[in-house]
Amino acid sequence: MRSRKKNIFIATCIIPTFTLFALIVIYPTIKTFSMSFYQWSGISQNAVFIGFKNYADLFKDRTLIIAFKNTIFLILTVPIITMVLSLFFAAILTQFKLKGKNFYRTVFFFPNVLALVVISILWSQIYHPTMGILNSFLDSIGLEGLKQVWLGDEQVVMWAIVMTMVWQAVGYYMVMYIAGIDGIPKALYEAATVDGASGIRKFFSITIPMLWEVIRTTIIFMISSTLNMSFIFCRVMTAGGPNKSSEVLLTYMYNQAFQNANFGYAMAIAVVIFIFTVCLALVSNRLTERRD
Amino acid sequence: MSDNKDFNWRRNITRFIITLVLMIYTVITLFPMLWSIYSSVKSSNEILTSPWGLPNKLNFQNYINAFTKANMGDYFLNSIFITVLSLTLLLVLAIPTSYVLARFKFMFSKTLKNIFVAGLFIQVMIYLVPLFLLVNKVHLLNNRLVLCVIYAVTSLPFTIFLLISFMKSIPKDYEDAAMIDGCNYFGILVKIIVPMVKPAVVTVSIFSALGFWNEFPLAFTFISSSSKKTLSVGLANLMEIQRYATDWGALFAGLAIVMIPTLLFYVFTQKKLTEGVSIGGLKG
Repeated sequence: MRSRKKNIFIATCIIPTFTLFALIVIYPTIKTFSMSFYQWSGISQNAVFIGFKNYADLFKDRTLIIAFKNTIFLILTVPIITMVLSLFFAAILTQFKLKGKNFYRTVFFFPNVLALVVISILWSQIYHPTMGILNSFLDSIGLEGLKQVWLGDEQVVMWAIVMTMVWQAVGYYMVMYIAGIDGIPKALYEAATVDGASGIRKFFSITIPMLWEVIRTTIIFMISSTLNMSFIFCRVMTAGGPNKSSEVLLTYMYNQAFQNANFGYAMAIAVVIFIFTVCLALVSNRLTERRD
Repeated sequence: MSDNKDFNWRRNITRFIITLVLMIYTVITLFPMLWSIYSSVKSSNEILTSPWGLPNKLNFQNYINAFTKANMGDYFLNSIFITVLSLTLLLVLAIPTSYVLARFKFMFSKTLKNIFVAGLFIQVMIYLVPLFLLVNKVHLLNNRLVLCVIYAVTSLPFTIFLLISFMKSIPKDYEDAAMIDGCNYFGILVKIIVPMVKPAVVTVSIFSALGFWNEFPLAFTFISSSSKKTLSVGLANLMEIQRYATDWGALFAGLAIVMIPTLLFYVFTQKKLTEGVSIGGLKG
């Protein structure tokens, strides 16, 4: 009797959840892979099996190559700049016993709470060539030469997006690093001070090694979330423009599906993105492994 | 003696530079939002001609426009409705599931757990298109309830993962005692387990709610009627329209309407949020 009641309980708890999960996550994921081998324009009966042709076409697709390059650019620059800044601020706030530690932590974390759409729109306005404050600011301090059409110039646009993404992310990782650093025994630092080590020396010889596991995890977080967020930032701020120069893999995939109704092709792009993400995670895991 | 003076002087300069750097970054962090808010009460003319300047007098026409012409009120209500319902669904699904997977051993329990956790590595954007096609096939597009279900289910991996690790650490004695007292399984879940994992549930709720409120790709793809859109989508829409017009007033007002409640939310939950992130970092 008890066992039967127990089984009913277990089933009631699990079956609804798993059913929905299978329907909404598992099934579509499988379809992503299977659909990539077809050519389909969305009208039911017309799915044509074409094997790896979608994938072969990817190599010849000039826009895809741009999107791929831009995605890699983001995945490299955003995490690096974010990490440098957030480690820097975390180190400062923990080493110098400033009275503002909690204040700065609260303030710097705030951008992370805002919706990505809000941040995209906000920075689109800041970057506006005439109505935005960035160019006006450069004017007012005499640096008119540095003015750009931030989101309208093919050479500059990706960097502008990078800066916005960094602005969004620094606070989040800074908080993580502060927590990590707070967990490092003070005795280590004291011993180093007695030995005459400078602040910078202490940072590289104590803080970084002790924080290494946390840093490893955040690298993967950063890469994955940069990739994920690229859709929103590039879509809202520039819609991939000017002239596809800020197109990224996710926006391209989305447009192929919903603008061009090229569903099979879009799914091939999705599979590529997925494989790319997995490889990145494996590689960065390997590269940051410590051999001790 | 003079060594000490040198050292002090150097230390003070360093402190000064550090404080300066921190203050500069504080400005970089906060000023964009402040600018947006004080610009929202400028007239269109002022916005065009003096980006930096403070408004001459408070002009609330932009807010009126945001609500009447740009539907912000609808977007706001939709976002609230969707966030609350999605969160409720998420907890109703995740708490029992996590409990069972954490505390009971049965056929496939390990496999199920692994399947849910594997979901952590699959991003929504990867399967968004087939999901759209599926929902389209059953004619359930443009349906806010469906969006809520999707929101809840896509948040399951993280929530279940977190709750399982919390529930694993509850001593068995409580359940045994309750059973002896004649409590049935559901009773144990509701009266004993849930109160014990309240901190985890609160943290997960705050993060999930924030995620639902701010979400864009799914809301954008699955909802098309203007009256059903969420804030994120509505704002993006507004910006599309304003891209070619030069009346930014309503856009600034829209941003402010979203940022100010977010700020309030942050003030109340800030501690929990940074704690949650810190734990993530420590578990590292």
